[in-house]
Formats: sequence, structure tokens, C-alpha cells
Amino acid sequence: MSEKGIANKLLLLPSSLVIGAFVIVPCALVLLASLASISDSEGWVFALDLSNFARFFSWFYIERALFSIGLCMMVVVISLLLAYPFAYFLSGFSAKVKNIWLIYILAQLTLSEVLIAFSWQILLSRKSGLSNILVSLGLFDKPFAMTPSATGVLLGLVYLVIPFMILLLYPAFSRMDKSLVEAARTLGASPLRSFFTVVVPTTKSAIISSSVTVFVLTLGAVIVPQVLGAPKHWTLSVLIMDQAVFNSNVPFASALAVVLLLLSGGVIGTIFFLGKGKTA
Amino acid sequence: MTFLRRIYLALFAVYLLGPIFVIAAVSFNAKKFLAFPPRGFSFRWYVEIFAAEEWLTSLTASLTIALSSATLSVVIALPIAYVVWSRNLRYAKALLSLGIAPFILPPVIMALAFLLMFSSIGMYGWAINVVIAHAVFLLALPLVTISLGLESVDKELVEASRTMGATGWTVFKTVIFPIAAPFAFAGFAFCFVISLNEYIIALMTVGFTVETLPIKIFNALRYGYSPVIASIAVMFLVINVIVFSLIAKFSNLPRILGAQE
Repeated sequence: MSEKGIANKLLLLPSSLVIGAFVIVPCALVLLASLASISDSEGWVFALDLSNFARFFSWFYIERALFSIGLCMMVVVISLLLAYPFAYFLSGFSAKVKNIWLIYILAQLTLSEVLIAFSWQILLSRKSGLSNILVSLGLFDKPFAMTPSATGVLLGLVYLVIPFMILLLYPAFSRMDKSLVEAARTLGASPLRSFFTVVVPTTKSAIISSSVTVFVLTLGAVIVPQVLGAPKHWTLSVLIMDQAVFNSNVPFASALAVVLLLLSGGVIGTIFFLGKGKTA
Repeated sequence: MTFLRRIYLALFAVYLLGPIFVIAAVSFNAKKFLAFPPRGFSFRWYVEIFAAEEWLTSLTASLTIALSSATLSVVIALPIAYVVWSRNLRYAKALLSLGIAPFILPPVIMALAFLLMFSSIGMYGWAINVVIAHAVFLLALPLVTISLGLESVDKELVEASRTMGATGWTVFKTVIFPIAAPFAFAGFAFCFVISLNEYIIALMTVGFTVETLPIKIFNALRYGYSPVIASIAVMFLVINVIVFSLIAKFSNLPRILGAQE
């Protein structure tokens, strides 16, 4: 048995080294760097300096953080409303149709954020965009550019996360006991009524966990806000990248990353804590 | 209700496919400027991907990175998932959670972490960095799929073959591997596709030395519109569809996605 124990440890050794060196150490470095001081000669030196966090607590960055949270919450609500019925119908499709849809949704889900941003840039442009359709419907006089704008960012982000929302909700529907809906219908409930009184309540925990996941996912988007929005529409993730790559201010980028980590970790933690408290 | 349902499904399909359809239409445009509806029909922007050296270099770099990081990711994940399944060790379970964590966080955090890591050990900008970074960032995918695959191995079958004198390696080769392999392949394929499309981690680990395709596209976007981007988008979507069709063919797609059939 002890021989087996050693064999197992040997088996896990390479993976442990990789995870130690490339997950734990890098994350620890971010924490350390967030407390570093900026020095003129060496770029930055490790210290116990809270000035990077102090800089975050200025109205400019607080406003950016609040904007990011508000934007992500709107994206979650809209994508949930759009995707929820589809995920429900998807679970009822025949195996073949379902597989085709799943393949397409996965293909769109993994499509680069750069390409999603590009396609919405075209859709929202003056020359060949959606505004031309609005003009031909007689709603506007002449086509107009819809970017950069907060609406543009919102539209791009919702499109980006819709496939995730569908795939996160879908397992709950596939597990749902469909005879419950039939029972409600036999007892005289209308389709809409049975949907809201049977289907929605039984998938409540899936709604919560999918929303949280999509919230964190949206918080991580870096390209859509840059391509479809002006700098005033940038989210925390974009600011982190901007500080690290284009301003070479790694300590401040790290402090912002710690804030983002606490924010996303906090949201995940709170929701799951609340969820657990209710079921217990 | 069926009527409402039909309308909703039709509108939803238009919403999902519409933007893709517009890109596809633009990619077959004969003219250099952006035009929708397209003027003329031509494959020249598809030819351009392989004819123009700058695009081909990026494509080759992206494919190499995606293949290597997906392989590395599966190699790291396999022993962890295996030991969790066979021995249920607490240490292995901790490794599993640590391996999944990077994928859940906003990617920019891990991107910054990798940037710091590689620059402090003097490897800043090395091409290998993005392979390691992607393999670690995407570790969650093979970990989850391989664990799912192993769960479907009947432990009594393993016991039976042991009783009949098979060694650990033989059991792995003849019983465990054939059942778990399609799921390991699914993990590999997921990693491959996401690595191919990933931007921020690639940018922050090798952005100034290797131009992967997403980085190249983003840089091109900043300097204005290029129809080649549209043809690349279509090509990427086709690659993604092929990969996921393969997964659907060789293993159980709904099950990998967590559904109960």
C-alpha cells in the first residue's frame, strides 16, 4: 500500500510542480506587486506600499468599478431573459437537432472576442449597419453610426455571453422532470402559467449560478468595450490591461487586479452563501 | 403557444446567426472596402490569408501554440484526474481545485500573473510562455472532461481484471484508457479551440514578440477595416464547428456539457 502511495505521489509530481510554479507563484506575485512601490530607476520594487490601492479609491476608479458592475448586471439580466426560453426549448429538441444546435452554440461561444467585436463593429457602423434597416423601415431619416457608445458595448457583450448563458442553463432543463409540466397542464394550467409556476421555480438554483458565472465572465471582457466603446465605457479589465501593457505600471495594474479578484470572488461567494442558506 | 414559440425560436435564430451571416457575406465581397450587401463575389480574401505572409505567419503561430498547449494541458490534467478517481486522495482533490481555479477568474488576472511571473524569471517574451500559460489557464477543461470520462468506468470491471492478474499498467491500457480516451480528446479539443481564439493572455505573455491571429486581428482593427478579418472569422467558425462535430461524434456532447440524458 505504501508503495502505491509513493507511486501516486510520483505520478502527481510533475503536475504539482506545474501548478505550483504557474498558478500559485504567479498569483502570489500579483499580490506582492500590488503592494510594490514605483521607483524611477528600477521601474518598481517590492515594498509594503498601499499607495496603489489609495489611487484606486479616487472617484475616477470607483466610478469605473461601479460602471463595470452596473454594465455586467445589465448584460446578465438581458442575456438571461433572451436565453432562458431557448435553453428550455433546446432540452426538448430531438437528439439530432439538439446536437446540431449544441455544436453551433459551442462554435460561437469559442469564437474569439476579437471577432465578435469586429462583427458588431460592422453591424453598428453607419455604412452597412443596422441603422440602414431602421431607415428603410422609415424610423430614421439617414443612417448613423451606433459606435462608440454604451449601447454598442452592451449589445456586443450580450451577444458574447448568450452562448454561455444557454449552455449553463441547459443541464438544469435536461434534468428537470418534464412530467411536472404535464401534470400542471392536465390540472388545467395554461402553458404560460405552468412555465412560470413550475419550470421557473424548479430551475431557480441554475438561474442563480448561471447568472453569477456570466457576471464574472462579462467582467473579464477586454476587447468589446475597447472596440465598441469610448474610453469612458472601459471596464476594470480593460483598465488593468491598459495599465500593465501600455502604461507599464505593473503595481497599479496588480492592485486593480486584486480589486477585480475580490469583486468577482465576493459576488461568487455571496450568491452561493445565500443560496446555501436557503436550501439548508 | 406553439405560434409564440415558433416566432421566438425564429427570432432567436436570426439573432444568433445574423451577425455571422453578415460577416460571411462581407468576406465574399469583391471590393476592398466594407460593403453590405456585398458587391460582387470573390474568394480573394480567403486566398489572401494564405498568400499574404503576415497572415500566414500568424495562422501558423496560432495553430502551433494551440496544438502544443492543448497537448500539455491534457498531460498535466491526466494524472490528477486519474488519482482523484482511483484513490480519492485529498491532496489530489486540492490539485484539481487549484487547476480549475484559473479558468473561473477573469482572464486578465491570470494574464497579469503570467506576465509578472515570466518577466521576473527573465523569460519575458519567450514564445514558450504562451504555450505554458494557455495550458495552465485551460487546465480546467481536460480536468473536468477526463474526470467525467473516468466516472463512467465501471470500478468492478477494474477489480475483475486485477483479480485475474492484470498489472496496473495493463488495466489502464485495456480497461480505463479506451473508456476515458474520448473524454480526454474532448478536453484536448476544447483547449485547442479556446487557445486558438484567446487574446488577452497571449497578448500579455508574448504580445510583443509573437503575433498570434487574435492579436494580429486586433492590431489590424485599430488601423481600420480589412476584409481579410471577415474571411478569418468565417474560417475560425468553420474550424470550431468541425472540432465540436468531432467531439459530438466520438463522445457524448450533452453529457460533457453536464446534461442528463
